[in-house]
Amino acid sequence: MQREGSAFAGLGVVTLKELSDHLTSVRMRVLEWLVVLVALAALYGAIQQIKDTTAEDPFLFLRLFTISRDPLPSFVSFISFLVPLMAIGLGFDAVNSEYNRRTLSRILAQPIYRDALLFGKFLAGLATLAISLLALWLLVIGLGLLLVGIPPGAEEIGRTFLFLLITIIYAGVWLALAMLFSILFRSAATAALVTLGIWLFITFIWPVLAGAAAQIIMPIDPRYASLGLPTPGTAEAEHILARLSPTTLFAEVVVAILDPTTRSLGPIYLSQMQGAVLGAPLPIGESILIAWPQTVAMIASVILLFVVGYVIFQRQEVRA
Amino acid sequence: MSEQAVIEAKNLTKVYGGRAAVDHISFSVGRGEIFGLLGPNGAGKTTTILMLLGLTDISGGEVRVVGFDPAREPLSVKRRVGYLPDTVGFYDQMSAADNLRYTARLIGFKKAEREQKIAAALDRVGLAEQAEKRVATFSRGMRQRLGLAEILMKGAQVAILDEPTTGLDPHATSELLGVIRGFKAEGVSVLLSSHMLERVQSICDRVALFSGGKIALMGTVAELGREILGGGYVVDIEADGAGLAERLALIPGVSGVERTGIGKLRLQADRDVRPEAAAEVVAMQGRLKFLGVQEPSLDTIYTRYFERKAEQAVASKNGARHAA
Ligand SMILES: Nc1ncnc2c1ncn2[C@@H]1O[C@H](COP(=O)(O)OP(=O)(O)OP(=O)(O)O)[C@@H](O)[C@H]1O
Ligand SMILES: [Mg+2]
Repeated sequence: MQREGSAFAGLGVVTLKELSDHLTSVRMRVLEWLVVLVALAALYGAIQQIKDTTAEDPFLFLRLFTISRDPLPSFVSFISFLVPLMAIGLGFDAVNSEYNRRTLSRILAQPIYRDALLFGKFLAGLATLAISLLALWLLVIGLGLLLVGIPPGAEEIGRTFLFLLITIIYAGVWLALAMLFSILFRSAATAALVTLGIWLFITFIWPVLAGAAAQIIMPIDPRYASLGLPTPGTAEAEHILARLSPTTLFAEVVVAILDPTTRSLGPIYLSQMQGAVLGAPLPIGESILIAWPQTVAMIASVILLFVVGYVIFQRQEVRA
Repeated sequence: MSEQAVIEAKNLTKVYGGRAAVDHISFSVGRGEIFGLLGPNGAGKTTTILMLLGLTDISGGEVRVVGFDPAREPLSVKRRVGYLPDTVGFYDQMSAADNLRYTARLIGFKKAEREQKIAAALDRVGLAEQAEKRVATFSRGMRQRLGLAEILMKGAQVAILDEPTTGLDPHATSELLGVIRGFKAEGVSVLLSSHMLERVQSICDRVALFSGGKIALMGTVAELGREILGGGYVVDIEADGAGLAERLALIPGVSGVERTGIGKLRLQADRDVRPEAAAEVVAMQGRLKFLGVQEPSLDTIYTRYFERKAEQAVASKNGARHAA
């Protein structure tokens, strides 16, 4: 059936309202401080480590993001850990709060479609995350300049900027997931718990489970095992399973982008190594090519999660 | 149906999980009319309203609101119709005016007309002073009035109000009904559902009595009174004069005369017979001390209707048992 008018009438209005709600909310304030403090700690560790190493490094600036000093994880690990929390924090009550405040039927009685409301909320959440991450990115670059004292090259800036974009997409995956559960569950607490549960599962349990499952699908070959080598089939199966998790995808893309010497993601075959000078950095374009499939997979999961939520939302009754 | 109808429903049906919540109802609401939807809990009033607004899918039948089909042209309908949900909610951390500003932007009003419309609407419902206060501090009555202000601001041709008076004290109810009368005065049609029958009676031009998803009765309160109570006017007289009761019983339309005290009589009639009764007293040279009429009350009609339905249900059950 042909619908009258634009599906996105009112989209801008909804987005701006939600954005201003987010930016002034206490919740966002807390999340931002959490991220900033944690990032500073990681950065401090990285800078100490860099100062201690005297070795020449052409990509010293990128090391700021990836190097860690015990007991702190690297900046990138912190980000991959905290960004989902931020996104879940913004999205878990996106739709059910409208039901619980009884505003939904009143708002939907205005000349807009549900599309605009849902998409506006998603865009506002994503914009909020993008703003926070951009601020964080600028903070890291500024501090890096001040404390390390080496100006980064254009390529390094470019690579860290790509890292920023990838992180926003990664945040989008979790935001879409959180919003999906905010549509499914009327209670915001339930939605938050379920989303956090899934996050815990994906981040901590899935990597272990993927290894175990891979060994069931592709049993370890004793011939490889006796040589102390991983069985190629098993390793491949484990990789495929692990890549079902957005956290794995994000980690892989980050490695490809922030470490220019990365030639391949996943198991490396001898054929790929032939003719390659080990440790020689790749140009930025080739790094992007390596990271491309994972990036597309992340974008696809954002779209998939959003569409599933959209379809469910369209069919829901407006009554609480 | 008439040219003037702003809402027309024909065989409107809504099925939830195989059960009809609204079952082939037909009604129409004219321009500037106040139409009441009445009925017990779960009778299908809210469901009907949501279908009129295109907020829930229609299972069957046809409906036109201000000339548009809410299922196909929801935006055109929603631009012209104001809706006050049964439990209206606002964004608590925002001020009253900000809540209206958000709605005004969603409707698409330009900035200049926005402010002026919001101020005028808040003034009409008596919230001008509280415009910049957070809605979190508002009482239920104030929230309901803010909901009406939203409809006023929208400049709606039709106002659909779902149980607007539920949970309000008598004073707040009167104020709210005042605003609703104001709608009518401006030619805005009003469709409202309610349980507060006495209050509804005072403002509704016509009512529809819902029962189990069907419209059981529809018409003006007087019409329903005639249909259900068979008359329904009660005229009380206090006068003296011998044989007055017998003479009053002869007035056309009077179905019964009852002595309620010394010199006090109560007449059952199918219309207002006060003028004739007064004339009789005067003709007998009696002294008229009191003359009053009780119009048929919606409350009585409503109670009587459902009592009668229950009796019929029992009767048909007994009938079935006999047959068996
Ligand atoms: N989402 C739903 N799924 C299934 N049944 C529903 C749903 N919503 C409403 N109903 C049923 O539809 C019927 C009509 O409900 P509705 O809310 O329209 O009644 P109402 O007349 O507004 O009652 P009230 O006076 O309590 O507000 C009820 O029997 C209710 O159980
Ligand atoms: Mg209802």
